[in-house]
Amino acid sequence: MLNFLNKKSCCSVETDTPGDLERIILVGNPNVGKSVIFNHFSDSYAVVSNYPGTTVAISKGKTKIGEKEFEIIDTPGMYSLQPITDEERVSQNYLFDNKAYVYLHVIDAKNLQRMLPLTLQLIEAQVPLILVLNMMDEAQHRGVSINASRLEKMLGIPVICTTSINGEGLDKLEDAIAGYSFQPGAGNVRYSKGIEYAIDSISSLLKSEYSISKRSVAQMLLLNDKLAYEKVKQNNEDTEVIRRIVEGTEKEYSDPLNYTITVERQNYVNEIVDPVMKTDRIVYQKGIETSKENKNSLGQRIDKLLIQPLTGIPILLIILYFGLYKFVGGFAAGTVVDYLEGTLFGEQINPWVIENFNAVVPFPIIQDLFVGEYGIFTQAVTYAIALIMPLVGAFFIVFSIIEDTGYLPRLAMLIDRVFKKIGMSGRAVIPMVLGFGCATMATMVTRTLETRREKLIASMLLALAIPCSAQLGVILGVLSFSGTALAIWAIVIAIELVTIGYISSKLMPGEKPSFFIEMPPLRLPKLSNVLVKTYSRMQWYFLEVLPLFVLASVLIWLGRLTGLFDIAVRLLGYPSQWIGLPAEAGLMFFYGFFRRDFGAAGLFDMYNAGMLTEVNLVVAAITLTLFMPCIAQFLVTVKERGIKTAFAMATFIFPGAFAVGFIVNYLLTNFGVVL
Amino acid sequence: MKISEDAENIIERMWVHINEEKNESMDLTSLGLDDKSPAVQELLEAENIVLSDTHATLSEEGDANGRTVVRRRRLAERLLVDVLNTKEKHVRSSACEFEHILHRGIDENVCILLGHPRTCPHGKEIPEGECCIKAREELEHVVASLSALKKGQCGNIAYFDMREDKKMQKMLAMGVLPGIPVKLVQSYPSYVFDLNHTRYAVDKEIADSIYVRIERD
Repeated sequence: MLNFLNKKSCCSVETDTPGDLERIILVGNPNVGKSVIFNHFSDSYAVVSNYPGTTVAISKGKTKIGEKEFEIIDTPGMYSLQPITDEERVSQNYLFDNKAYVYLHVIDAKNLQRMLPLTLQLIEAQVPLILVLNMMDEAQHRGVSINASRLEKMLGIPVICTTSINGEGLDKLEDAIAGYSFQPGAGNVRYSKGIEYAIDSISSLLKSEYSISKRSVAQMLLLNDKLAYEKVKQNNEDTEVIRRIVEGTEKEYSDPLNYTITVERQNYVNEIVDPVMKTDRIVYQKGIETSKENKNSLGQRIDKLLIQPLTGIPILLIILYFGLYKFVGGFAAGTVVDYLEGTLFGEQINPWVIENFNAVVPFPIIQDLFVGEYGIFTQAVTYAIALIMPLVGAFFIVFSIIEDTGYLPRLAMLIDRVFKKIGMSGRAVIPMVLGFGCATMATMVTRTLETRREKLIASMLLALAIPCSAQLGVILGVLSFSGTALAIWAIVIAIELVTIGYISSKLMPGEKPSFFIEMPPLRLPKLSNVLVKTYSRMQWYFLEVLPLFVLASVLIWLGRLTGLFDIAVRLLGYPSQWIGLPAEAGLMFFYGFFRRDFGAAGLFDMYNAGMLTEVNLVVAAITLTLFMPCIAQFLVTVKERGIKTAFAMATFIFPGAFAVGFIVNYLLTNFGVVL
Repeated sequence: MKISEDAENIIERMWVHINEEKNESMDLTSLGLDDKSPAVQELLEAENIVLSDTHATLSEEGDANGRTVVRRRRLAERLLVDVLNTKEKHVRSSACEFEHILHRGIDENVCILLGHPRTCPHGKEIPEGECCIKAREELEHVVASLSALKKGQCGNIAYFDMREDKKMQKMLAMGVLPGIPVKLVQSYPSYVFDLNHTRYAVDKEIADSIYVRIERD
């Protein structure tokens, strides 16, 4: 039984949980399995994947542990209490503002040495804390064994070993949570004199209470943390004196304080880890363990092929060909859509619904609203279910599989050099690829990018040139009559993408992007995880598009009653005619305002009706791809980038799309290109 | 062929006169010598110098010999001043005697003992010996930026560029800290490396700013 069907919403969307339940908060580095643990306990679902930075906002859910109900919260991955990216800032902010029943610091057991510093920071903050050593299976696989009870004594907090992906140890974790009572940890780092002195002086200056210890706040202030200064200012503390202490201490040390503190903390961690962690090295080589089994394992050999450009790029093309072209463009857009739209809805469901509806409701105006040519059922629902769902679903299945194998960071690594030319780092490949599914969703994910400039360029290109899966599916289907047509479309879009990216990277001020990404080991995707993820993404998508489709139907209905609809379509008919299309194509662009995929559906209809010549099809496909971001994406862009930026983008994109369409039409007709 | 102390003194003067003071040739009469002097005869026989009238130039071999004599003399000066604590006024005369004793092999040992000094106590450059070149190369190869590593090379993080605050924070977040073992997996199109148990991919700018103490095989 697909028990996930009754799980609530998804996709890092904040959902409010009523009541004042006590909170369990998950924190930790990216990619250590926080979301898997969250999903185990929670009644709602967070999208989990094998690449860093999936959780871009806080997800909340409810859970029952022992006899008690809790609110469980998943925070975006963070490396330390001093954040670099926006996602980390979200977690830091959360820590500052919320009291918790207990924090679960989830770490990757084999990387104990690297991740324990954050545990120590949390112990310093004196928050209630349980340390979860996750991914024990991978640690064992690498010959790493950890003496958890000894670690527990040294840190003075409960330590639980788990392998969350197959549920191992989660019962123990549950017991530990149920029986938890606060004990201040023992693992307090002592820093060198000057730093200790500064921390003491700053904490003694702090008059208000914070949800984390004063020692911890003082440390953040010493490192000039923006958020800490804000919070302290809000509480009317004497920031002038604090700043003077900080400046004095900075002068005392030759290295930056951040560095010094981190090194001192790490030295302390090494002292803890040494007696606790053992590595059986089968072949110990130059400080890095390469056990025979690991080196020759299939996964590592595949990994090697994926990351070398000589083999990696052909593999990428194969994935694109089968994943996108064959599966989404061929199978979903062809076979499935033909059946659903043509046969199931076109011949069976819709005629039956129309007949019955008309029999029950004898008013033509109402009939028109629900089952007319542009009716809520006959158009909005039919489009959404029969055309858009299969395309988007197919794309998300492919995307989820690719995502779960851990291929995306490898793709980011392969493509970084190219992306740098258009002002983005390889990291941006994740929202860009996701954009082929739904540009609205992708615009949200641009949050994981580091600089404002990079986010801006990414949202711009997403709005401009990345067709969403529905568009892509329809375009691939419509243009499949000729390879040349498809090639022209792809080349024009690619040129536009590269040119605009290149120009904006030259013009836009701000920091150049830098690239680093963690590459987790390749994993075989779990079917259940892929299905759950695809399902929750589609659910999100469906809830997102259907209201807009319905709204479009209602507006068109109103427009037709008042005659405004004809004016709007006629107005859009002019630019359509300039690019050589029949005036009726205005309707398609009109749809495009609501949702990109809706516009694609319009194109599909005109194609089926045989209203377009081959050149028309190419020009229409190009213009539609470059056309305005849809309302949904536009709204998200407003939310993420601000209203001014969003409008600036729109005013540039709208005429731009028609201009490119005009040029392509001019060239194709004047040179008499036969497709 | 070994040459006499007098002959060594002549080519030493000639080497400095020609190579450091940038003259075409040396007038032997300025040294109170002519082509009949036994030391000059010896140098001519050993094909260390070429004579035209009273002007002498160094042959290739003479140049090399002159260079080592100068090197030995200046090393001797360094030894006398730095190690034996000789008073300034005695340095010159003692060095004159010392330089003839420091033959090949011994001068290298002295050079290593002194830590491959670059200048003599008077501030003049000491010509590099083979040992100096080797030592410098080794030093360069001991610590290199991550981007200069060869595929598969291992080492430990030595230090990293800390000039930019943001960049440094990123390194610290990744766990790039002195002493952590690192191995370069791939260098194109991006730099891929294992840091302890975690694999990262970074761009050239970041790879350039991480320095690794390379472990030798």
